[in-house]
Amino acid sequence: MTVLDIKGITKSFGSLVANDNISLTLSEGEVLALLGENGAGKTTLMNILFGHYVADQGEIELFGTRLMPGATDAAIDAGVGMVHQHFTLADNLSVLENIVLGTEPLTSWKSNTAQAKIRLAALAEEFGMHIEPDKLVADISVGERQRVEIVKALYRGAKILILDEPTAVLTPQEVDSLFATLRTMVARGLSIIFISHKLHEILAISDRVNVLRRGCMVGEIATKDANRDSLAEMMVGREVSRPKVEHMEAGAPVVEIDNVVVSGGRGHKPLLDGVSLSIHKHEIVGLAGVAGNGQSALGDLLSGLRAPTSGSVRIAGDTVKDYSARSFIATGIGRIPEDRHAKGVVGDMTVWENMISENLREKPLWRFGRIIDFDACREFSRNLIEHFDVRCKTMEMPTKQLSGGNMQKLILARTLQNEPRFILANQPVRGLDEGAIAAVHERLLAAKRAGAGVLLVSEDLDELFALADKIVVIYHGNISEPLSVDEVTAQDIGIMMAGDLGHGKNLNRAGVA
Amino acid sequence: MSDLLEIFLTAGFWAATIRIACPLILGTIGELICERAGVLNLGIEGIMTIGAMSGWMWVYQGGDLWTGLMFAAFIGALFGLLHSLFAVHLGLSQHVSGIGITMLASSLSFFVFRMMLPSSTTPPKIVPFRPINIPGLSDMPFFGEAIFSHTPMTYFCFAVVPVVIYVLYRTPVGLAVRMAGENPMAVEAQGINVLTVRTAAVATGSAFMAVGGAYLTMSAFDAFYFGMINGRGWICVALVIFASWRPGKALLGALLFAGLDAMQVRAQQFTGGLIPYQFFLMLPYVLSIAAMIVMARRAQYPKALLIPFRRGERI
Repeated sequence: MTVLDIKGITKSFGSLVANDNISLTLSEGEVLALLGENGAGKTTLMNILFGHYVADQGEIELFGTRLMPGATDAAIDAGVGMVHQHFTLADNLSVLENIVLGTEPLTSWKSNTAQAKIRLAALAEEFGMHIEPDKLVADISVGERQRVEIVKALYRGAKILILDEPTAVLTPQEVDSLFATLRTMVARGLSIIFISHKLHEILAISDRVNVLRRGCMVGEIATKDANRDSLAEMMVGREVSRPKVEHMEAGAPVVEIDNVVVSGGRGHKPLLDGVSLSIHKHEIVGLAGVAGNGQSALGDLLSGLRAPTSGSVRIAGDTVKDYSARSFIATGIGRIPEDRHAKGVVGDMTVWENMISENLREKPLWRFGRIIDFDACREFSRNLIEHFDVRCKTMEMPTKQLSGGNMQKLILARTLQNEPRFILANQPVRGLDEGAIAAVHERLLAAKRAGAGVLLVSEDLDELFALADKIVVIYHGNISEPLSVDEVTAQDIGIMMAGDLGHGKNLNRAGVA
Repeated sequence: MSDLLEIFLTAGFWAATIRIACPLILGTIGELICERAGVLNLGIEGIMTIGAMSGWMWVYQGGDLWTGLMFAAFIGALFGLLHSLFAVHLGLSQHVSGIGITMLASSLSFFVFRMMLPSSTTPPKIVPFRPINIPGLSDMPFFGEAIFSHTPMTYFCFAVVPVVIYVLYRTPVGLAVRMAGENPMAVEAQGINVLTVRTAAVATGSAFMAVGGAYLTMSAFDAFYFGMINGRGWICVALVIFASWRPGKALLGALLFAGLDAMQVRAQQFTGGLIPYQFFLMLPYVLSIAAMIVMARRAQYPKALLIPFRRGERI
């Protein structure tokens, strides 16, 4: 039985056509995967279904009835539940409060919390999900928050559940548990739309795959007839060649972090709790971990944005005294920040202004080291734009108008032209399409060949295994021993990401014995 | 020094504290409701002024006191709607809109007042709320004078607090307001219109502010004059932070500030000119700043405060 019928949806944001005449159907008890790169229009389509956006054209039928566009409450009443990629939970309120909001009429003079708790316990039992209704959302883990989001949808009586990139924030073990829950739900007749760009997950959970590319529906395939390569080609539209990794002998240490503690402020746990780590020449060290375990603090530390509370950092053998971005750049530290919009570029300034922003007061860009030499700066930028293939209409355009991939190439160009001895690459390919990902990875590997040490911070284990020589895992501000990528599996890393940092040590010992 | 301590033993001091606290309680509760929904309302100073004027004017024109309060609340809510038009629906800067509202509402109050009543040497007066005699209680020694000899409106101000606490923490609409201030997307995703919730909260909060202003002209005094609110609105904004956005603590904060204010007036008499009186005028503010420093460090502010919510924009 068809429960959902999306017919010819078109939606534009300004000149960008996010969805171009998209149609799809969903049957009862089916898991439909929506596959596509970032920016392909998957989330936009689901936001239209859930009533966050109004489509320019097209209509949606749920259980044979036309859905009123642009009304979230109508979508919920019709049986649609959505687990957003960025959870829609209020941290300072309890789990129960987050779930019951909207279930009682606003004019009612009393909240019936006792009854809500009973219903909630029954639901959690039925679907095998453990939740604690009285805890504050701020106090529960990311995996638990996702369960709360799912229960929230079930509590409203969802028959169709949309999950938008649900595995991005989970460890591999949590993904397994999520999939088990989804299978229970399907067995009870619910239908699921699963949005992802991770191919192996889609192959594992879905019955059918719809592929979106640049706002268009480019294909549909039963999962049993699909494989990784065919899906990747449908998603990207061409064959993707992966950069080759060559193993090299690691050289002298370029950055040594020695027992560094970074305080989290009074009354909070330290962000980094006695971290030691060395990165050598010709080496890429991958840092794995669930978001929020101290990666940002480590990133700030290695960018010179934050000084350690105790412990020390040595760059090329010299202990750092001045923790500032300026001195770090001067000592040969290259930075690819986690959030390129917030910390990477100044969106309202031009492309060339951002290009020169790590070479302040350097001749010949600056006359007397103080006054901008426009011709020299533009020439400098022109070279970098050409060499790094940054696609922009003109270098005078505001940087925020660049696409994510081109913005990242700008940052890479700016960083790499200084030939850094160490590169902090913090989520360097987040939100980029496959072509841009390959370009960024190729640049990082080239820097490694040229002798740089790289710390690659990523939540994507596939990326770490593809590029890194060694992997370390961060959990609650602690870092594991470095492990060679040849000696560990994604499952091992997953166990460590969940908190058992010693797991890796046992592996090594087993290997030696 | 012992003279200073004796102040606390006089029933007059406690009665004055309660009187001074009333407009602050309503103003702080009003601001708190707005901010709990995620909207800073710096229009408070002006809304209190226009509330003071419109309530008073209603009575002066022959209206009844209680309907006068309702009229003040209505006018306050109108200015709240104006603020939410700019700050909520158009998503403009809450600071700029709020200060604009304050300037508009204050000036408009004086303008209307002068238009309706030409200047005279003796200010026009109304018959304000009178203290009521509660049989038994009002005759008690000390407590009778300190607590049980106030106007009905004074008791109303104190009664507002438990009601607001109940609504905010025990009803669905209170939950929606708190959620709108923490994560508006969570409200939207549950099928509730964020803009409606915020608009309603700002209008309701502004109504409380206006009634708080009206307390000055209709219960504490009997006339309206220029500069009457005299920064009380700004004190309320600070008290919300002091109270960590909790109504119970807001009541305490208002009482603390009022107590300091009542004390400084009396302390002036004891020093006999040895210390300039300006020093005492300053005291409540200095002590409030000190209390703020201690309290505000632990404050749990609403996460979405000051962040406009625009529906249908790319998330």
